[in-house]
Amino acid sequence: MNLTLTALCAHLSALLVLPPLLLGIIAKTKAAFGGRKGPPLLQLYYDLFKLLGKGAVYSRTTTWMFRLGPVLSLATALLAGLLAPLVGAAPLSFPGDAVFFAYLLGLGRFVTAAAALDAGSSFEGMGASREVAFASFAEPALILAVAALAGATGSLSLGAMFSGALWRSFGAGIVLVGGALFLVMLAENSRIPVDDPATHLELTMIHEVMVLDHGGPDLAFILYGASVRLLVWSSLLVRLALPDAPGPYGWAAWGAGVAVVGVLIGAVESSMARARLVHVPQFLVVAICAAAFAVMLSLR
Amino acid sequence: MDQISQLLLVATVFLGFALLGSSSMSGCVNLLALQGYCLSVLPFFLHHEEHSARAVLLAAGMAFLKGWLVPRILLHAIREVRIAREVEPLVGYVPSLLIGVVIVGLSVVLGQRLPLPPGNHSGLLVPISLATMMMGLFLTVSRLKALTQVIGYLVFENGIYLFGLLVFRETPWLLEMGILLDVFAAVFILGIVIQHISRQFDSIHTDKLTQLKE
Repeated sequence: MNLTLTALCAHLSALLVLPPLLLGIIAKTKAAFGGRKGPPLLQLYYDLFKLLGKGAVYSRTTTWMFRLGPVLSLATALLAGLLAPLVGAAPLSFPGDAVFFAYLLGLGRFVTAAAALDAGSSFEGMGASREVAFASFAEPALILAVAALAGATGSLSLGAMFSGALWRSFGAGIVLVGGALFLVMLAENSRIPVDDPATHLELTMIHEVMVLDHGGPDLAFILYGASVRLLVWSSLLVRLALPDAPGPYGWAAWGAGVAVVGVLIGAVESSMARARLVHVPQFLVVAICAAAFAVMLSLR
Repeated sequence: MDQISQLLLVATVFLGFALLGSSSMSGCVNLLALQGYCLSVLPFFLHHEEHSARAVLLAAGMAFLKGWLVPRILLHAIREVRIAREVEPLVGYVPSLLIGVVIVGLSVVLGQRLPLPPGNHSGLLVPISLATMMMGLFLTVSRLKALTQVIGYLVFENGIYLFGLLVFRETPWLLEMGILLDVFAAVFILGIVIQHISRQFDSIHTDKLTQLKE
């Protein structure tokens, strides 16, 4: 744990401040593709401030689970952010933290789904069922990708796996793992082609339908937690490819990398339509295949 | 150099997976063309000390035939025969992909046990050539239409070509040209046959051929 104070501050400020900006970049990219001006880059910050100033309304059918959901999903996202390498090495790191990371994401999803079921609306139950069903395809891909990296590095810690130092020995595997993780990232963060974050048609919504009954600060927590999760995922992708360089240059390279991932997501969203629900598992099975192949390469 | 050849080999397998999971006919042909291009540049990076005229000619011939001419013929057949754009698999796409993973695993195991002529080849070459062959065979048996069976056959042939690269230096010059010509002729004939089948029976389902009577 030889972490300097500046590195810790940089990590925390990146984790706490930057996430909404990434969503702004994605929105701007989509607007540019569509020939529009788009919302301001800082739109999500304004939204969050507006929502935090509001009161919340709770239905009489809801219980404590409904209030716990948003808080716990934000907490798991932030904790996952402490485990993952962002601008520098992760502040929290221990052997096996990759598994803990996967479980934190799973816990966040579980509480969101449980809170959605607690609202007692049939639409939200449908959304929760879909979210969990697709997650059961996304999780094997994540675990296999992590297993491939663990096999290649011989370490079970996220910091060692995502250090960008594998290009020489495991180049082909890095490409496969990166592709698999990108697909899983799109699924986990409910982006196109798995889910459309902009839609509000109940029949096709997955993630958005689960949070329909949340309002005010609760909704702010959920939106903020989702953006934190997206930042952590894109940071993992950047760290997979870019070697860690200490100091301002490394930070700038990391920032540029994350922005590139954001633009990439925006480009994917602009050039594809949402896949039909029956095709989503197929999309994720491709990620599983790529990750499984990477595992074979790492074991060979 | 070795990194690039590994990337190309992995891309070959990945395109095989994409073929197993792809539902559009012309999409399949495009993937096949991409695989052909990948394989055509592979010899340069695999045997880096050799930039002989022979290697260049082989790559050019491979790229021309597998990347351009054969896909062109197949796309032409799709247009002319006016078949539905759907692949119609006997085994669904997701099970096909999972079988693909099993195939790759199997060929990695097989590739380690196979006694091979000594030489400086990438460790990935044998497993991936075996996997490509098996994927091609699987595509051939698991898809209904004659055209997709041709695609499966071509993937199978790509696997054989990869295996041939192992003994690139030892094989006589005629052999690889022979293989390429064989495939070309086969696709040509199959294209004509498909057109005739479809003209006769209004469909290219191989199912219907089992009911043929004298």
